[in-house]
Amino acid sequence: MKYLTEYRDPVLAAQYLDEIKKTVTRPWTIMEICGGQTHSLVKYGLLQMLPEEITMVHGPGCPVCVTPTHLIDRAIFLALEKKVIMCSFGDMLRVPGSGKSLLQAKAEGADVRILYSPLEAVKLAQQNPDKEVVFFAVGFETTAPANALSVIQAHQLGLKNYSIIASHVLVPPAMEALLSDPETVVQAFLAAGHVCTIMGNSEYYPIVEKYKVPIVVTGFEPIDLLHGILMVVRQLEKGEFKMENQYARVVREKGNVPAQEAIMEIFEISNRMWRGLDVIPQSGLEVKEKYAAFDATKKFNVPLKETKENETCIAGAIMKGLKKPLDCVNFGTLCKPSNPLGAPMVSSEGSCATYYHFYSAVNEVEKVEV
Amino acid sequence: MCLAIPGRIKSIEPFKEGYMSMGKVELGGIVKEINLQLVPDAKENDYVLVHVGVAISIVDEEEAKSSLKFLEQMNELDELYNSQADDTITKEELAKQGDAIITRIMS
Repeated sequence: MKYLTEYRDPVLAAQYLDEIKKTVTRPWTIMEICGGQTHSLVKYGLLQMLPEEITMVHGPGCPVCVTPTHLIDRAIFLALEKKVIMCSFGDMLRVPGSGKSLLQAKAEGADVRILYSPLEAVKLAQQNPDKEVVFFAVGFETTAPANALSVIQAHQLGLKNYSIIASHVLVPPAMEALLSDPETVVQAFLAAGHVCTIMGNSEYYPIVEKYKVPIVVTGFEPIDLLHGILMVVRQLEKGEFKMENQYARVVREKGNVPAQEAIMEIFEISNRMWRGLDVIPQSGLEVKEKYAAFDATKKFNVPLKETKENETCIAGAIMKGLKKPLDCVNFGTLCKPSNPLGAPMVSSEGSCATYYHFYSAVNEVEKVEV
Repeated sequence: MCLAIPGRIKSIEPFKEGYMSMGKVELGGIVKEINLQLVPDAKENDYVLVHVGVAISIVDEEEAKSSLKFLEQMNELDELYNSQADDTITKEELAKQGDAIITRIMS
């Protein structure tokens, strides 16, 4: 077993599709939460192969996309004005703040670096004792333990020149916000497998009970996704609503306890602004007061300025599943990954960007343009 | 962003007081230094799921196999209920769908 190629088996995929077709009798709208799942669904052409009764809508599960512009502005401010070594994951660099992106700041001479892991940023701080190193810590629950470990490690090493900008969002409160919206069309969820790897499944039982929606914790490979969709459809057709785990090879009921402890050591839960949506109560993580020395926004005097979103962008409706990327007049014309007007076009896991890269209808937009 | 990939632990560094647990993990042919602090039960040759340089879960082999057999098990159950053959899809159609998916994956 390699735990990868087995889950891309085309014959097994066809069997799952056949089983889904046999099971479904009515139209259903299912939301996959995670941008990684959206990416796989579109990349492998699964959306077109699903029976027409099933509509997949794409959730807000791209942390890069929902990072509010004012945090990006802060990172740029630190890189340009405070001359720090600003580090982040690659997909954060192209995302425009209210003015420019980190990549543009780099072009203007700022020291901006792409790293694979926040732990590399700690190493960089060790190697550069005369420089300040800041990690732009973006992510969901999946990434929070790694970012927390970086602070724990810097603390252990007694480093005074390492800090983070915490831009952490939490999935279950966002699911609740979507479900409590009277306009919602979502009838079931594929929950984000790697978020649950860390946090476990306990947060989803109350949501299943309160909103009477099936939730299936699902993986990211084509077979995982088809398996998850089949499990959801079986529940919907029977009128059931249960919390089930498709991704049991990785997700344990209680999640990863040492990872949760690392998160809770460094972070505390707070209200959080989601780009394209709004402030969602108790949906983010902030660095605790105890570790304020590692919180870049407190350590440096960073101006707090609220910023405005593009008014023609329908990101909110897309992330709530009310509209699809192709419904937007700006899609592929004014709004592209190279010049995103809003959140879902900014990272490769945003639903608009994913459609732009892979969807066949998009190619027609491109052709018209050429 | 939440991308995580499975890899096999090749070796685990001996425990050092005050340092995080580290090990060498083979990820698709590449060997990387990975933080093993969050998977204290992991042993050499275990497969772990790696996200941004940190192992976040040990992959459970039994569960991995059983999820691949889900359809088989489901069909066995169905057969118990319904012994009549199902002819909603022919083998040729199934093969055609399989080919379509292969083409997509390869492209």
